[in-house]
Amino acid sequence: MKVKVDERGYYGNFGGAYIPEMLYPNVEELRDNYERIMQAEDFQEEFQSLLKDFVGRPTPLYFAKRLSQKYGAKVYLKREDLCHTGAHKVNNTIGQILMAQRLGKKKIIAETGAGQHGVATATVCALMGVECIVYMGAVDMERQKPNVERMRILGAEVRAAESGSKTLKDATNEAMRHWINNPTDTHYIIGSVVGPHPYPEMVARFQSVISEEIRKQLLSHEGTEKPDYVVACVGGGSNAAGAFYHYYDDEDVQLVAVEAAGLGNDSGESAATTVLGKPGVLHGSKTLLMQTADGQVVEPYSISAGLDYPGIGPVHAHLFETGRAQFYSATDEEAMQAGIELSRLEGIIPAIETAHALAALNQMTFKAEDVVVLNLSGRGDKDLETYIKWGKY
Amino acid sequence: MTKRDMNRIEELFNRKSQRVLNVYFTAGYPTLNDTVGIMESLEATGADLIEIGIPFSDPIADGPTIQESNGIALDNGMTLKLLLEQLEGVRHKFGLPIILMGYINPIVQYGIEAFCQKCQEVGVDGLILPDLPMFEYLEVYKPLFEKHGLLNIFLITPQTSESRIREIDQNSNGFIYMVSSASTTGAKTGISQDQEAYFSRIKEMNLKNPTLIGFGISNKETFDKACENANGAIIGSAFIKAISQEGVIANNINEFIQSIKG
Repeated sequence: MKVKVDERGYYGNFGGAYIPEMLYPNVEELRDNYERIMQAEDFQEEFQSLLKDFVGRPTPLYFAKRLSQKYGAKVYLKREDLCHTGAHKVNNTIGQILMAQRLGKKKIIAETGAGQHGVATATVCALMGVECIVYMGAVDMERQKPNVERMRILGAEVRAAESGSKTLKDATNEAMRHWINNPTDTHYIIGSVVGPHPYPEMVARFQSVISEEIRKQLLSHEGTEKPDYVVACVGGGSNAAGAFYHYYDDEDVQLVAVEAAGLGNDSGESAATTVLGKPGVLHGSKTLLMQTADGQVVEPYSISAGLDYPGIGPVHAHLFETGRAQFYSATDEEAMQAGIELSRLEGIIPAIETAHALAALNQMTFKAEDVVVLNLSGRGDKDLETYIKWGKY
Repeated sequence: MTKRDMNRIEELFNRKSQRVLNVYFTAGYPTLNDTVGIMESLEATGADLIEIGIPFSDPIADGPTIQESNGIALDNGMTLKLLLEQLEGVRHKFGLPIILMGYINPIVQYGIEAFCQKCQEVGVDGLILPDLPMFEYLEVYKPLFEKHGLLNIFLITPQTSESRIREIDQNSNGFIYMVSSASTTGAKTGISQDQEAYFSRIKEMNLKNPTLIGFGISNKETFDKACENANGAIIGSAFIKAISQEGVIANNINEFIQSIKG
């Protein structure tokens, strides 16, 4: 099966560009230029050099011995948590700031949920000396205080999204409204594989360095580029898209996406979009969406602010619909336990988003020779307060 | 209903080409059952057409005033289904053209064909769906709109390229909604020199459709200015503010519309 975006921005039935006319010129400019810019030699040189020397790539592919013993398979961790700023998010913001410069944009806006994308955006803006405004839900600002201050230290202005549920969805709305009001000099760095075409594909391409490296690294570890499973958590789905990207065509590699089940998928407090969603349109693309019968977007819930989003990237809706990826979900409790387990078995405290991917290992059955690559998308420093509140360690 | 030869929006522009006043309000705001009452007051006070907003949880093209009215309408229990029920029978007592404006998702969930059919039944004349892509309109929606006598109204902005304006003009009917500035609704007030240059540029293009200017039209001064540059104007946020005030809603509407028309 081919997982490829068509010229209108669709992955099968999902994607596209559902935007008001006010955003059309900006999105069109990006759509018409991103491919050319990304492929230009000077872009690639600068991008690769920053990924290496600023981000610290390639990130290790680490054989997790004790975790492997526990689950009866060979489990490798792709250490995106070791990226500068603590998560995979920076791969995309490096790419997009270089894109913005080549489009002649002078100012940057971004949305953030947990604050990781906001920090990664504030970081590259500091690096390039560009003005940066990050929209963040007022509720998220409260539960992710350290990241708010990190952004401010880096010189970004953090604006509270006070509309709607005051979380990631509303931060995205506010960023889009800001872009409507500032259409010529501003680039919007979207943090996940969501939004109108070409964002989902562009962000996936910037994140695809993850699976590009996995292939090379696994070859030296295992003598094959292809694991049996690639496992990643999905909120919007940028780390999963990056980890899956170079495996889409290898059907013998099982792609496993893990969503946040919050307090349980039957509890009314969940963010598992493929379980609870239906096709719909939000933030510029047609995708699976948690919504009422009347088409109003429903507030998701997860302990993890980074997975607390009512949709998923259109590519993931497509992977789900076609069965190319298997979707699991993990509750708050399962994720927190998995986070503690990794801390104790491997000496790595994962981000709570990532802990959801780890929790899925419990739900899967493996053969001893199975090779599993799990994308360790972020580290848990930002989540200390949540771990402490949860307390069971 | 009886079959009409000409759409009410087309009839209006055939009859009137200057100072056309289109008023927007959000269905289900300020209270759930205000919809029809507001329509009747608008007709009585001399509005020319009305645009009813279908509330949505995430109205990204709208500023704070209309966002808030959407949120309150949803809290009041407004749904697209209920709005269409409220409009049943309204044509016995209401003569102005009716436009429904809404983000695409609630309409997709309702079912596009069922929606068009119901619009025709209750006497809706036109639709403004700001986040519907042009190609999808042409391939999927247009045949249904035509079958059910609905006109499709597109937006243009100061940033819209000339070639796209031509494409939009080609594929619009009724009128073109000229967004006055790069903004969300209600974000800016007044009309600047830059905007006037944009208005003249559009005027000189001699579009086949009439134009109405919206966004930032809030009082007599801005309405007059818009009417010098287009066939009329659309008032949204300022009207929502007017009906949010204390007092009898019909009186507030009357006072506001009189103040605009002068």
